[in-house]
Amino acid sequence: MTIRRHHDMGGLDAGTVEPVEHDYAIWEKRVDAIVKLMSTEDRPYLSTDELRRGIEELGPGVYDELNYYERWISSATNLMLEKGVFSVKELGRKMADVESRWQAAGAKPQ
Amino acid sequence: MSPHDGPGHDHEHDHGPHPYQPDIEDSGYTERMVMAQAVEELLIEKGIITADEMRAQVELMDSREPALGAKVVARAWADPAFKQRLLEDVNKAAAEMDIDTGHIPIRAVENTPDVHNVIVCTLCSCYPRLLIGLPPDWYKSRAYRSRTVREPRVVLAEFGTEIADDVEVRVHDSTADLRYMVLPMRPAGTDDWDEDRLAELVNRDSMIGVSLASEPK
Amino acid sequence: MSAARFQSGDTVAVSAAYPPGHVRTPYFIRGKSGVVDSIAGAYPNPEELAYGRDGMPALPLYRVRFKQTDVWPDYAGPANDTVVIDLYEPWLEPTS
Repeated sequence: MTIRRHHDMGGLDAGTVEPVEHDYAIWEKRVDAIVKLMSTEDRPYLSTDELRRGIEELGPGVYDELNYYERWISSATNLMLEKGVFSVKELGRKMADVESRWQAAGAKPQ
Repeated sequence: MSPHDGPGHDHEHDHGPHPYQPDIEDSGYTERMVMAQAVEELLIEKGIITADEMRAQVELMDSREPALGAKVVARAWADPAFKQRLLEDVNKAAAEMDIDTGHIPIRAVENTPDVHNVIVCTLCSCYPRLLIGLPPDWYKSRAYRSRTVREPRVVLAEFGTEIADDVEVRVHDSTADLRYMVLPMRPAGTDDWDEDRLAELVNRDSMIGVSLASEPK
Repeated sequence: MSAARFQSGDTVAVSAAYPPGHVRTPYFIRGKSGVVDSIAGAYPNPEELAYGRDGMPALPLYRVRFKQTDVWPDYAGPANDTVVIDLYEPWLEPTS
């Protein structure tokens, strides 16, 4: 049996490379910063390969649906839950809190 | 007024203890943006990271841009001994110029009249970010990651880069622990140029290998 | 780390293995043969690191160069085009 995993795409057919780019949004830079700060010598919570593994395990649908830093925060958050950095309950409560604050400030979901 | 306000920095107006995020307020938020904000706040509240560390880390990445790599390339063009050191160890060579590129090893691959190098990461999106900043979107795209190893000349042509058939196109798939940058060829007609002027010819894409250094005007 | 098993210039074959977990050997290069370009050092095993272990002992990491025409039988470019991939020692086998 030859398993080819979804992220392992070298050599597959794909469309033209569109030369798109964007200035990284503040939230993307902050995800980047969280991951880097949590993978230092004195905070060895996330290794590059754990993060990669977590991204690969998001599965084909989610992998393509999310953008780059959405995949990063998904993987990093799962790993921090696994390692007990915070609990599911804490995360859920905090996310509800953040969303209600943002809504109160006039932001809307995309 | 935060000392970090100003062009090139993220504005963080004071809305209580939490940063104001204009990108979210302008274009709407997603579940993962909420997750990211929640995770950051939890880590800060638990004392695992600090808001200052977050700010410093974002500023560090903001300071990493193609111009830094361009300075390094220009030095290599102007100074053969430096070029040799750069080809052995980019991190060490950059450190000579007071550029701290962190602990992930970066290697340079040199374009010559016989070899044209191009960098890709087929498995994720590895990139020499501590030297030249975060990658462009296309570098992370399925099209670039899939096709560059199989039909590099077609991909290069999509960037307007034609490589002669008698030049070897060498694709580097940065799959593991090292990151790669291309040392492009110095354009002809620049013999008496100084480093600052040379650096202006070094564009980001030439350090990925999908383009050549710019021709002098 | 153990002493590197291969040297620059050695011909090696990449294992034609297809395990289900996190690996850093691209699918397209498995089963192909190339030449060791250089030894890039020794690094903890990513297949262990990915699951929260320390990845020790470190594994020799090789820069292996492949002819594109060996990788893709229908490669459309010139015969001297190549691809270089960083591969960990357990994925490499000597060729006879």
